[in-house]
Amino acid sequence: MVSNQGNFKSDLVVYVAILALACVQVFFLKGHLFALLSVAIVQAILAVMFFMHLGSEKPTLRLALIPGTLFVLVMLNMIWADSYRLMSMKPFAK
Amino acid sequence: MSEADLSMGHGAGVMETRPFSIPSKKLVMWLFIISDACTFGAMLFAYGYVKNAAADWPHPFESASIMNALFMTFVLVTSSLTILMGVRQAKAGNKSKAIQWTFITIVLGLAFAALHLKEWMGLIHGGVRLFQNPWGSPIFGASFFAITGLHLAHVVSGAVALLVVILGYKWGRYNSDDLEIWGLYWHFVDLVWMFVVPMVYLMNAKA
Repeated sequence: MVSNQGNFKSDLVVYVAILALACVQVFFLKGHLFALLSVAIVQAILAVMFFMHLGSEKPTLRLALIPGTLFVLVMLNMIWADSYRLMSMKPFAK
Repeated sequence: MSEADLSMGHGAGVMETRPFSIPSKKLVMWLFIISDACTFGAMLFAYGYVKNAAADWPHPFESASIMNALFMTFVLVTSSLTILMGVRQAKAGNKSKAIQWTFITIVLGLAFAALHLKEWMGLIHGGVRLFQNPWGSPIFGASFFAITGLHLAHVVSGAVALLVVILGYKWGRYNSDDLEIWGLYWHFVDLVWMFVVPMVYLMNAKA
């Protein structure tokens, strides 16, 4: 297998960045959903691209993996309307 | 290539190129990871759904629990760094260092599991059960234990898999590629935790 393991210095920078972002979440963003999720997405991108080395794989692999996963996760957002329906019409709409 | 060519040996040495220029087992791990990402995604969405639909969702996590979650993050992200070190040493042919770093990763994974169980026990002693708790919506316990339990199962099974792979690597059954592939899984477990902490802990912190 061709090695694409990066170097220790970049791994250490990513490690510190992920931990620093975790501290930002805990100390400054508690209770703020969109800010928390935005930071989590940045952490996830760092982990996938540098720890999992997807950034140095072939672009076709990224194309095969990322859009499909994002499509599923974006489509899951359709549930929110129903959760609000339960909130205002509970126990259930007749 | 026709059957005649094959029977005459014309196909000897001709192999289909590897998809995406990676070994098949690495591709399989990536496919497993994206399917598992969708599973965790669905669980977190379901969690958001029931939380959104409940008028009295509890916020039980005090600062001690939040700091424990932050420490667990530190342990898990550090274990990601140590498995990277292990894989790098394995690729460089330094077998003893690779084994050493992977064992450190396994110990960190088990430490994470112990911290997680401590958190669980605290909640159970506080009266949280699958379908009841002292604070509000009864489904809080089921959703909390389902998400964190699934993640905990991934951590424990990942630690067991790394143990099997590193022992196999030590005895010559597996190679550095196998360690790299299970390293991918370990990073994924770390990645999922990055979403569990904000959704489950930080959104339910006691004011």
